[in-house]
Amino acid sequence: MHEFALAEGVAVTAVQAARKEGLQRITRLTVGIGELQQIERELFTGALREVMPAIHPQLAGVELELIVRPARLRCRACGQPFDLQAGNSELTEDQAEAIHFVPELAHTYLRCPACGSPDFEVMEGRGVWLEEIEGA
Amino acid sequence: MNNLDPRPGVIDRRLDAVERLVAVSGGKGGIGKSVVSAGLALVLARQGLRVGLLDLDLTGPCGHLILGIDTSFPEESFGLIPPLAHGIRFMSISCFTGAEAAPLRGADVSNAIIELLTIVQWGRLDYLIIDMPPGLGDALLDAVRLLRRSEFLIVSTASRVVVQTVQRTLRLLDMVQVPVAGIVENMQRDGYAADPDIRALARDRGLPFWGSLPFDACLEPAVGDPEALACTAFAQALGKMVRSHLLAARD
Repeated sequence: MHEFALAEGVAVTAVQAARKEGLQRITRLTVGIGELQQIERELFTGALREVMPAIHPQLAGVELELIVRPARLRCRACGQPFDLQAGNSELTEDQAEAIHFVPELAHTYLRCPACGSPDFEVMEGRGVWLEEIEGA
Repeated sequence: MNNLDPRPGVIDRRLDAVERLVAVSGGKGGIGKSVVSAGLALVLARQGLRVGLLDLDLTGPCGHLILGIDTSFPEESFGLIPPLAHGIRFMSISCFTGAEAAPLRGADVSNAIIELLTIVQWGRLDYLIIDMPPGLGDALLDAVRLLRRSEFLIVSTASRVVVQTVQRTLRLLDMVQVPVAGIVENMQRDGYAADPDIRALARDRGLPFWGSLPFDACLEPAVGDPEALACTAFAQALGKMVRSHLLAARD
């Protein structure tokens, strides 16, 4: 599972951010998952649970909230806003998998539903990010 | 707190076990960066070294064509494992797109490069060769920012048009304090001496001039066949340079 690599990134970044914010311990992490990358929340939670204590003991038992954010796309050619359902109706399994690995490959496989252009902007909901750290 | 990108934090960890990172650049397109990158990887692998080749040209990848590597999804194991082909660990956007176009703007190029550097597990390597796309834009700036231990091998040809772009590339690398392993002249024509402008570029900056690679008519027919590629005059000359400039320091 390549999700472990991203989970490791979340763990390392949380520790770095906590240090920067002067937190002695982390109690809760909020992680955003962009719909475009199609990462399963349960699977990513499992990956985080497994990876986090190995990165820092401080991360063992931290409360996790994972929020899936919808992908919002907008065509640069015609200005049409659209969502993932409108843009990916004919994706094959391999094409969806490619976007799962590298979300920018949406530009290879998705099209603006209005004009067919691959030149669109991913306004929101691309990949994985750390939204919030709580601690003391 | 603003949303934090978790990816840059692990890129150094992905490259922990890579001894040297050599980015092959030159600024201009069509000067043979990809064939020099692939040739370097091939020559090093044939010396029994552990080698990786990362094709960072996202819009015009061709390392797989030069080396005859089938592009298919990499194996997943705590990330993506670059397939081993001809003794080279290989990664390219073409592993995901095949021959399809990847029409990416600057920010997308940057994001895709960061994603690849985050999820690809290179393992233990003696050399990771990075084939840079043309230009001084996002890919080069990201390589400088994220591949912090990288050194550059600069490719030029004996054309004033190319040499001036190479000069700009060198100025930028100097500005951001990235080391340059050397400068190589590519596509040297029969009967010509090494280009004086390229030699002067190296001399004036105190950089090693690796020498000249011949324009080799046998190269194109050898594309896609590593055995034939290794026998070309081009690869033979590159092999000599590698032994004198990369491996001599190692020994």
